[in-house]
Amino acid sequence: MEPRSTEQLIASLSQGLAPVRPLWPPARRALLWLVAVALVVGALLLRFADLPAWAGRYSEWRMAIEAAATLLTGITAVVAAFHLSLPDRSSLWRYAPLPPLALWIATSGLGCLQFGVGLGPPGARVGESTHCFTFIIGVSVPLTVLLFAVLRRARPLDPLPVALTAALGVAALAAFVLQFFHHFDVTAIDLLTHLAAVLSVVGLASAARRVLA
Amino acid sequence: MATPKSLHSAEGYNIIGAMAPESQLQQQEASWVLLMRAAQGGDARRYDELLRSITPFVRNLTRRYCRDPNLAEDVVQDVLLTVHRIRHTWDPQRPFSPWLAAIAARRGIDRIRRSTRIARHEVSDDLAMETFSVPAANNESGALRAAEAIEPLLAALPERQRRALEAVKLRGLSVAQAARESGQSETALKVSVHRAVKALRSLVASGKHDSD
Repeated sequence: MEPRSTEQLIASLSQGLAPVRPLWPPARRALLWLVAVALVVGALLLRFADLPAWAGRYSEWRMAIEAAATLLTGITAVVAAFHLSLPDRSSLWRYAPLPPLALWIATSGLGCLQFGVGLGPPGARVGESTHCFTFIIGVSVPLTVLLFAVLRRARPLDPLPVALTAALGVAALAAFVLQFFHHFDVTAIDLLTHLAAVLSVVGLASAARRVLA
Repeated sequence: MATPKSLHSAEGYNIIGAMAPESQLQQQEASWVLLMRAAQGGDARRYDELLRSITPFVRNLTRRYCRDPNLAEDVVQDVLLTVHRIRHTWDPQRPFSPWLAAIAARRGIDRIRRSTRIARHEVSDDLAMETFSVPAANNESGALRAAEAIEPLLAALPERQRRALEAVKLRGLSVAQAARESGQSETALKVSVHRAVKALRSLVASGKHDSD
């Protein structure tokens, strides 16, 4: 026989049980979220971005790889966050965004190295960096709120990895969108600023992780 | 959605987590899947059956994290509450046991972390009487002595001041409550307390001076 209190608990939980609708599989939920964001951001880019200029700049292989790696970091991190929000999915999902993230940092680093070494002092200029920082934070915050609202439905038991991957995904997507408005080569300062902005978003989201639980 | 009655026998459940034959585990899993699907649909009776059925399994799992049977039962209840709270996160197309085991593991780890935190920040009563780094704190009867020492000093105060001080500072009444009890106005009571504290200070100071 069960100890009395556990029996009572079971009886109280069963009483007046409400039906629930099971969550859709995480990949499908992630895809829907990404498609919704892509539609909104795509419409804004069509309206405000100089797409031919962007296409011209990103026809170079290194730039194309950098853009693809940034986008892939965002997508894999968002998909990972949806998987990690469920108790029975592999915790290895937390490492899924790391390969594209490494590629993103490597290609950006290579770019600023070429630019910085080639032109000297301009490689370390500050100028536009504050705009980049503001842009990434400004785009990431509303996207994080939207993503957290959806992830929260799963009430993750361990919210930290969910918050970290979600924030990384959102910040990477914001950095990808930034590339449409970044009509100059990435300098060392730019790269550091981008990384600082991404880390700030990740830090803010991890501080707010209890919202998810 | 009928489930064979033999699947829910007590023998079947108790053996889970120990040395259950594979076919029995599979039957168990199939039974839980059916029950959980019904529970997600709002079938309270099947849900009750499921919770009773998984409790021994959960208890076996939580013993790995908590040896104290009472604390382990707390973890079992935590797990059941969590199952209830997030029952919509189980995908009916997936096995049930890994989902349940993951919840039990999470709650077990939470319990270990909580115990570690408590052990790090709290000291048991036995140890509380042990030596501390500050010499003055090592006098374990210091508090009792202080209480004994203050009694004659309180007795030396005028009746009105002593009562006011006892009511507010020792019994913890609010000024309003103490004023009502003593029949004084709040202002008068505050003045009495203030004077009593001042008088005590001077009494303590003179006593210290005398002892020097």
